Amino acid sequence: MKTEQYLGYLKRLSWLPLLMLGGCKMTLLDPKGQVGVDEKSLIITATLLMLIVVIPVIVMTLAFAWKYRASNTKATYKPNWAHSTPIELVVWLVPCAIVAVLGTITWTTTHELDPYRPLDSDVKPIVIQAVSLDWKWLFIYPEQGIATVNEIAFPTDTPVSFQITSQNAMNSFFIPQLGSQIYSMAGMQTKLHLIANHEGSFDGLSANFSGDGFSDMKFKAIATSQKGFDAWVSKVKAAPTQLDQNNYPQLVKPSEKAPVQYFAAVSPTLYHSILMQYMHGPSTLLDGNQAEAGMNSKQPMQMPMNASIKE
Amino acid sequence: MFGLLTLDAVPLDVPIVMGTLAVVALIGLAVVAALTYYRKWSYLWTEWLTSVDHKKIGVMYIFVAMIMLLRGFADAIMMRGQLAMAEGANHGFLPPEHYDQIFTAHGVIMIIFMAMPFMVGLMNIAVPLQIGARDVAFPFLNSLSFWLFVAGAILVNVSLGVGEFARTGWVAYPPLSELGYSPGVGVDYYIWALQLSGLGTLLTGVNFLVTVLKMRTPGMKLMQMPIFTWTCTFTNILIVASFPILTATLALLSLDRYLDMHFFTNELGGNAMMYINLFWAWGHPEVYILILPAFGVFSEVISTFTGKRLFGYTSMVWATAAITILGFVVWLHHFFTMGSGANVNAFFGVATMIISVPTGVKLFNWLFTIFRGRLHFTTPVLWTLGFMVTFTVGGMTGVLLAVPGADYVLHNSLFLIAHFHNTIIGGAVFGYLAGFTFWFPKAFGFKLDERLGKCAFWCWITGFFVAFMPLYVLGFMGMTRRLNHYDNPLWHPYLIVAFFGAVLIFCGIAFQIAQILVSIKNRDALRDHTGDPWGGRTLEWSTSSPPPFYNFAQLPTVHAIDAFHEMKENDTAYLRPARYSPIHMPKNTAAGLIIGLVGAVFGFAMVWHIWWLAGLTFIAMVATFVVRSYNQDVDYYVQPDEIERIENQRFPHDSAHTNNRAQTSAKHAQQLAQEV
Repeated sequence: MKTEQYLGYLKRLSWLPLLMLGGCKMTLLDPKGQVGVDEKSLIITATLLMLIVVIPVIVMTLAFAWKYRASNTKATYKPNWAHSTPIELVVWLVPCAIVAVLGTITWTTTHELDPYRPLDSDVKPIVIQAVSLDWKWLFIYPEQGIATVNEIAFPTDTPVSFQITSQNAMNSFFIPQLGSQIYSMAGMQTKLHLIANHEGSFDGLSANFSGDGFSDMKFKAIATSQKGFDAWVSKVKAAPTQLDQNNYPQLVKPSEKAPVQYFAAVSPTLYHSILMQYMHGPSTLLDGNQAEAGMNSKQPMQMPMNASIKE
Repeated sequence: MFGLLTLDAVPLDVPIVMGTLAVVALIGLAVVAALTYYRKWSYLWTEWLTSVDHKKIGVMYIFVAMIMLLRGFADAIMMRGQLAMAEGANHGFLPPEHYDQIFTAHGVIMIIFMAMPFMVGLMNIAVPLQIGARDVAFPFLNSLSFWLFVAGAILVNVSLGVGEFARTGWVAYPPLSELGYSPGVGVDYYIWALQLSGLGTLLTGVNFLVTVLKMRTPGMKLMQMPIFTWTCTFTNILIVASFPILTATLALLSLDRYLDMHFFTNELGGNAMMYINLFWAWGHPEVYILILPAFGVFSEVISTFTGKRLFGYTSMVWATAAITILGFVVWLHHFFTMGSGANVNAFFGVATMIISVPTGVKLFNWLFTIFRGRLHFTTPVLWTLGFMVTFTVGGMTGVLLAVPGADYVLHNSLFLIAHFHNTIIGGAVFGYLAGFTFWFPKAFGFKLDERLGKCAFWCWITGFFVAFMPLYVLGFMGMTRRLNHYDNPLWHPYLIVAFFGAVLIFCGIAFQIAQILVSIKNRDALRDHTGDPWGGRTLEWSTSSPPPFYNFAQLPTVHAIDAFHEMKENDTAYLRPARYSPIHMPKNTAAGLIIGLVGAVFGFAMVWHIWWLAGLTFIAMVATFVVRSYNQDVDYYVQPDEIERIENQRFPHDSAHTNNRAQTSAKHAQQLAQEV
């Protein structure tokens, strides 16, 4: 009778963790794209697998501690019992077995979810170049020839191929509801492939501390229909300013809580200039003389260090 | 003349800092006044500051660790307070330039200046006693290690009042930590504080490795060493292998910052990824350096308080060895998101998971030590059981983070913060507090108050869960670490709950302090006359509490694991020899103290570019070391009549009564059994 009552309580309690997970808006457990969906199911699978060991250990800890309390003189007491080959085998082999399963899952999913791997899709991916600045995000659409600050848009069900670098400090490019993040590092390019399967406006952020203005280094990622995307591109193209090597240094100046900005056109080599700026000593891109030379030239983007860049 | 140092370096306009400094100054003055009034300066100098006695050095380590725990906790509660407030338009009470220093200082202090010295302190107190040694292999080096660590701690705290501390996070990743983005002195304080204390830690590692290899009492084979000594030995192997990496990495960062080199900058071929790899090549072994001795404490505690041999001793040693080796091949899991290929990420992910196997084995071994035992619910046991439950959860979330596919979304989130606090608080800190309560009577001769100890435990463990479970949830809600403010109203309630968790932990710390004070007050009632207050099993309990400065009047001979338990079984535990032989002991020296304190000035001079002072202090340090090295008068012999006199105080009656003492001890164990 009493036991049943306790079991009843336990049953009710067992819902608690689920309530905790289900009751509130869990960004990561409410993914809006395939990558995020896969990562969510991976997290759940791995957790359940580990609970196979974790729950018995916790229960046994409390149960053994209670049963073998000193005042319980009825319990067996074997002060010199300190070895048992079967138990040793079990305690080594059970964790080994679980790790073998989890390790296999890890190996395959790491390859499947590799941020560098282009997603399987019939739709041609859209390319977005992302540059972390102090403390805002610059986005360049090389195919559309536009650039924005702190806002991106892309059509749903279309793979997005991100090429990511940084102007100065290291940041991490992250749109939690779409899945993986990846570091942005100056002088280097990282890649990330994401897709949105639902329309919406998702929060994007930097997940790696980069200085005083870091907390407000946020952007919006708008997943919309093809039509909505085309309209968004037109809106950006209607903006009054353009972005090139001349006014880029202006943009680079540290700012916090930077508002969304649109650039109707962007120099097609700007991204590469950013990427390669440190290859020949101190930043050539922000060097006053270089900028001047660029201004005087008819083709401002043809800086010496860009000559040998290959895709 | 004073390099970069000007009066502007003192933040007179920041009330929190100035208030803190005022309180610290008042306490300092009070201490100085008390020492003068009670004429305790020479006692302090001869008995503590210049002592090379491993037990006293251990006590001093733990004393400093506890002070630093208060400092690190003050940082923690300010951070939790800030985040409990700073939602939406409210940006809290800490602007980023202050907040960023606080989270950096919190990490550095808690790991390098709280956990490390606490661990080294316990190791100092227990390891030589456990292996039946009279001191460590190099007593002066031990004192030097301590004072170098103190020098680092002084620098960190000076940065509060003079200049600033790093604003980079405790990992100080370049390029953020390079001159271009951190032009102030904060990162330099960080570098020199870690360099000085890191050197001390490295010397400790060498010292204790030699001690364990060369100074075990006759008969004690390696596979008969107490398990705490074993885990400390593996920790020392990790220290010796990994701390030079930290030293070299920080030296390269210094070259970047001081001599315009470009190891880790964006410019001139520098590469920050190199720093990140090197940092974690030290940083990951470092977490095992912290946790392994805690595992050792739990083993000792469980075995002692179940009155039972540790289940699977051999398994335990090999599991620790496996963790030690694997701890070196997992560092990349700290940055799966840096763009390594899938094969590399998968390799490091799987390697990390494999560590959970020996760790799991350890948990099962503790379980089966309880199995068929008689468990007394003393404070150290509560810490151990609390650890077993808490750490299992932390281990699980750790393995989850080791799956690269999961880490891609959980990396740098509050989930990660919750995970490592789960393992460091629920693992290392619980272990240290268990060890503190366990060995306190050995070090001081009286036990700690049990009731207050249990209050401290319950506050700590509930505080831990209340403070960090919301952080796990916040990780899933997409909240990243090191945010100063946020505009997601859904996060707010969780952060308020987490703040109250921190308040509960504060109650735990308060109870801990109360426990020490009340126990000192009631020390006569809590006195341990037997030297064996818990029915111990290893050699440290065979000598008196506190032990005489030479530890053992006659070196014990060991035939088995749990040597003292075996002696008690065979009635040979308290036998006195007919005659004592002279004991070779080291003399006190002020050299370690001088080198350490001059080292702190050297670090300060380097931070502020006061080159003449840096040169002068460096020469002074080297000169002191050389002079000490050529000093031949560093040891002496304790004569048999002196030993006889000290031992007679322990055994006031003649040796015929020693069996009575064994019976007293047995009776004591029975009493303990009845109490619970």
